[in-house]
Amino acid sequence: MSPITMVRQFGEVLLAITLAPLFVGWTAQCRAWLQSRTAPPLAQPYRMLRKLFHKDVALAAGATPLFRMTPYILFGSMVLAAAIIPSIATDLPFARVADAIALIGLFATARVFQSLAAMDIGTAFGTMGARREMMVGFLAEPALLMVLFNAFLLSGSTALPSVVDAYSAGPLSINPSLTFAGVAFVMVLLAENARIPIDNPSTHLELTMIHEAMLLEYSARHLALIEWASSLKLFNYACIGFALFLPWGIATHGADGGWALLLAAGALIGKLIVFGAALALVESLSAKLRIFRAPEYLATAFLLAVLGLLVHLLLGS
Amino acid sequence: MSHPGWVSRGVVLLQRHDLHWVLLLVLGWLFLGAIGLLRPHSLRFVARGLFPAGAVLGLGVALLGAVALLAGQAPQAMVLPLGLPNLPFHLRLDALSGFFLLLMGVAGAGISIFAAGYFRSGEGTAPGLLGLHYHIFLASMALVVLADDAYFFMVAWELMALSSYFLVVSQHRLPEIRRAGFLYLLMAHLGALCLLLCFGVLQGGKWQFTFDAMRGAPLAPLWATVAFLLALLGFGAKAGLVPLHGWLPEAHPAAPSPVSAMMSGLMLKTAVYGMLRITFDLLHIQFWQWGVLVLVLGLFSALYGAIFAGVKTDMKRLLAYSSIENIGIIFTGIGLAILFAACHLPLFAALALSAALLHALNHAFFKSLLFLATGNVLHATKRRSLGALGGLAHTMPWVATLALVGTLAIAGLPPLNGFVSEWLLLQAFLFTPRIPHPFINMLVPLGAAVLALTVALAAYVMVKFYGIIFLGQPREPALAEAHDANWLERIGLTWLALGCIAIGVLPQIALRATGAVTGLLLGQTVNLSSRIWWIAPIGAKQASYSGLLLLAGIICVVGITFVAVRILAHGRFRRTVPWDCGYPWQTSRMQDTAEGFGQPIRHIFGSAFDMERELPSPSDSAPRYRIHVEDRLWRMAYVPIARAVQRLSDSIGVLQGGRLAIYLLYSFLTLLGLLAGVL
Amino acid sequence: MPHSPHWIVPSLNLLASLLLLISFAMLSRRRTQRLITLFAWQGAILFTSTCLVAYSSGHKELYYSAALTLMLKVIALPWILHRLIRRLGAQWDSELLVNIPTTMLVGLVLVIFAFGLAQPISLMATTITRNTIGIALAVIFLAFLMMITRRKAITQVIGFLAMENGLFFAATSATYGMPMVIELGIALDLLVGFFILGIFFFQIREQFDSLDLRHLEALKEE
Repeated sequence: MSPITMVRQFGEVLLAITLAPLFVGWTAQCRAWLQSRTAPPLAQPYRMLRKLFHKDVALAAGATPLFRMTPYILFGSMVLAAAIIPSIATDLPFARVADAIALIGLFATARVFQSLAAMDIGTAFGTMGARREMMVGFLAEPALLMVLFNAFLLSGSTALPSVVDAYSAGPLSINPSLTFAGVAFVMVLLAENARIPIDNPSTHLELTMIHEAMLLEYSARHLALIEWASSLKLFNYACIGFALFLPWGIATHGADGGWALLLAAGALIGKLIVFGAALALVESLSAKLRIFRAPEYLATAFLLAVLGLLVHLLLGS
Repeated sequence: MSHPGWVSRGVVLLQRHDLHWVLLLVLGWLFLGAIGLLRPHSLRFVARGLFPAGAVLGLGVALLGAVALLAGQAPQAMVLPLGLPNLPFHLRLDALSGFFLLLMGVAGAGISIFAAGYFRSGEGTAPGLLGLHYHIFLASMALVVLADDAYFFMVAWELMALSSYFLVVSQHRLPEIRRAGFLYLLMAHLGALCLLLCFGVLQGGKWQFTFDAMRGAPLAPLWATVAFLLALLGFGAKAGLVPLHGWLPEAHPAAPSPVSAMMSGLMLKTAVYGMLRITFDLLHIQFWQWGVLVLVLGLFSALYGAIFAGVKTDMKRLLAYSSIENIGIIFTGIGLAILFAACHLPLFAALALSAALLHALNHAFFKSLLFLATGNVLHATKRRSLGALGGLAHTMPWVATLALVGTLAIAGLPPLNGFVSEWLLLQAFLFTPRIPHPFINMLVPLGAAVLALTVALAAYVMVKFYGIIFLGQPREPALAEAHDANWLERIGLTWLALGCIAIGVLPQIALRATGAVTGLLLGQTVNLSSRIWWIAPIGAKQASYSGLLLLAGIICVVGITFVAVRILAHGRFRRTVPWDCGYPWQTSRMQDTAEGFGQPIRHIFGSAFDMERELPSPSDSAPRYRIHVEDRLWRMAYVPIARAVQRLSDSIGVLQGGRLAIYLLYSFLTLLGLLAGVL
Repeated sequence: MPHSPHWIVPSLNLLASLLLLISFAMLSRRRTQRLITLFAWQGAILFTSTCLVAYSSGHKELYYSAALTLMLKVIALPWILHRLIRRLGAQWDSELLVNIPTTMLVGLVLVIFAFGLAQPISLMATTITRNTIGIALAVIFLAFLMMITRRKAITQVIGFLAMENGLFFAATSATYGMPMVIELGIALDLLVGFFILGIFFFQIREQFDSLDLRHLEALKEE
């Protein structure tokens, strides 16, 4: 492994780890502006993490080792995912280890561990949250897979870096099937990251929440790791979206020296700023769905992604 | 090669007489069963002596299967001077049978060693008799995959059905177990009847019943299709393909857990074997329409099984439905392989077939593991309903930890084995646009979508299974005294769990094994990478995966995070009571039940079920909520057929007058009729 | 064949798939006002694609039909419909006969069917847009499906209009549009039919105090 490859690989991971809370902070700020509230400072998530890391853990009696392991596993799998997704460069040695299908598997692993940990204490809330999370998961996961299938069919590869490379090699045009996939992807992204039509990240109203219900028993460093992991998850999803639909600026194979990497990092930050604002706009414009409407919403995303596949076969022949 | 001399000499020795050795070991199983009868009531003798010996024989069979697979030699054949006058028993060992011997041997060894610690005295059938049935069952499964003529195949097949029937009804004092056993026997025989007819068609008018003759028999496309459909019916009934699955959720829970594990993990695979043997080996042509049929049936079974597993509340029944799901996934792979093979795309056919074979192997590991774990739970708590369990991770740490491995594997999560086969299958779906039929081209993405949904549902089901049984607080006070598995059981469970991890981390080894089979059946293998920790079945550019490096990555990152948190922050914690949401009167009964956990599935897929609900009224002093979910196919398909058969047999019953003279008259008239026919 | 820049076909494909996307969005919406907005968007896409086809194929008369589309389907009809529902007080419409995922699933099957149906036609056609015939057919089917699964009278009319959009698109993509006379005739028919239906709405509401078509079921002979 040459030094520049190392820089690419580890630089990307470090960038993800440091930028992820900032991105969440930026989105929260945009939301506050749009809703005419006083915005929290941009660094609020970091302060939150620092505070949590310094507190003592209050561990519920009856917690098994699974419960204490889970925050680390969640954080670890999200960091690994960040190492696979080509956010600034496509020549990533670790990306060969797991292609996009394995990436979905990695997300699923994190979800299963989080749900199991939520059931571990045995409170009514934790189990309810786990059940709802798994429900959202089993509907969102196939939708995400179908979105990725669209990209796979276009590029002939399931590895995300190859997908990006294939796009940048081709002419600049919006592929019809990707419009469907794009809509489906945004829907899945909102659902998977506990965003507004499905879940509300800023509420602690007991009856409506999914993600927060699973975390009720976590505190201090465990909670910090989980919060960090969920911000990383949002960051990773955003980067998957960029790789699939807006791959411009990512340093591709062969053209990824130092300047290209800096340029790619700049492009990434620019995309994140725009995307964060758009996310806040979407969230401010929509209302939270009743939980029983969630299957309908996700089924729509799933069908749109499948429709994208069909359109590809329709028009592509 | 840097093997020491004696290893290579040993391999050569094994290779040359491979089939003889296998036969010897299989006879050893029968022998073990027979000597159990010497002291039928001594649990010590049977359990501590015979079952471990059976496990060792299983390892031997697995080794010989592996030699047959990996040595790449020509198939070995053998004729036993037994059987019908001009049809002695033919045996043959090739890569396909080698693969299934390997599967049976490895998983069977784990189950046998577990069974050695599992059986208790005073539970139904005497231990000696149980041991006899058990070992006959094992031996007959091995003979099924070794048989090389239709007659011997059917003998072994029926022996397998009968011995497993006796195992299912080993607690025959309970009426529902007798009922389940009867249903199983009925379906097994209907399936066997189809197979008999299938072989009748396959011999192609030459009346030669060896498989060799069938390979050469020229069949018209119509007759080939008839034979294929009969095979699909016969093997589908054994495998539990929907709508022929009716017996499976009844019989699997009724049997003792090691037997459930064997039936689900191993016996269903003999149907997969038979399907492959007939479709790819005995029939020399395939049509893409067959592939579509198998694909649709497989996908339907997979989704159906997953949905029902989501709403079931009996832990063994849940696993039985999950078996239907996994069999569906395997048949999906087979269907895809037929489709590709018929369209002359052998590389992709090899990919799909590898996925199916690997999933069969994986399922043998994780499903056996989970069935055995439910056996432990059953022994420790005497409860099968999920609603009465909970919190067993505290009292049964061994079982809980090992079952977690099985749970994650069956949920298809990386880096365990279930993920690898599903990954391969999804890769195979990705290449379906190369099929030159526009309609199929468009239907297949829907297939991939259904598969993805099934896999995700399986994760839901397994979280429910594991979370309700092992996590949370005990729902009943008696659970606090549950005991963990004994040492023999631990060995069995650990063996199977290690298998799940090993195949997941180093799938390349398993792919080599399936590669030998696809080489035999399709003349093509997927791309095998030279490094043992990578798989890239089509090409490194298209897709690659490495379970080992993924696991290493997870361990590294988790380890670094842990150390970093300890260094930069601290590791202090204190124990407190869980947060009670401002309601201090919470009890452990207020946790989500299995019914509650399955509620989203009932809500979303409501039209698949026959549901009966009893809702409490607001003024009830002791409110009760009850829900009963039934298989809709049971009412729509099975009950009408049973009624029709009943009516038919009632009308035939008119003949049964009860007078001896009349019966004699019937016989006499039949005789006269037959003689007139000869005239 | 006149000049056609390389970007024409991809953008037409994109517009076609947007048309299909809007059809599915219409299937999944519950509120009538949203439906009208979507219908207007569909018209706008139709206008753009017709202009593109006119530009690339050099058929000048297609510009007229594009203009007609713009006036009628993007501006006039949505405006009238909005006014109509405000006067009828029928903004809320959440009554579906079949739930949305099932409807969408049926829609998916219809798309596949449309593709199979269009395959031979698109092989015969010589236009640069022949691949989109399948999508046009699918749009027609989906509009039909929307009419079947909705209960309120206004949604039926929107479905009817959307179906006409599909037909129009099919015509432009298969043969560079219908002859102008037929097109004008259809536009006139559409308007007349629309006004008659509008009058019907008021009559239905007078009679039953609601626009629910279930009430019409009582009119059958016993």
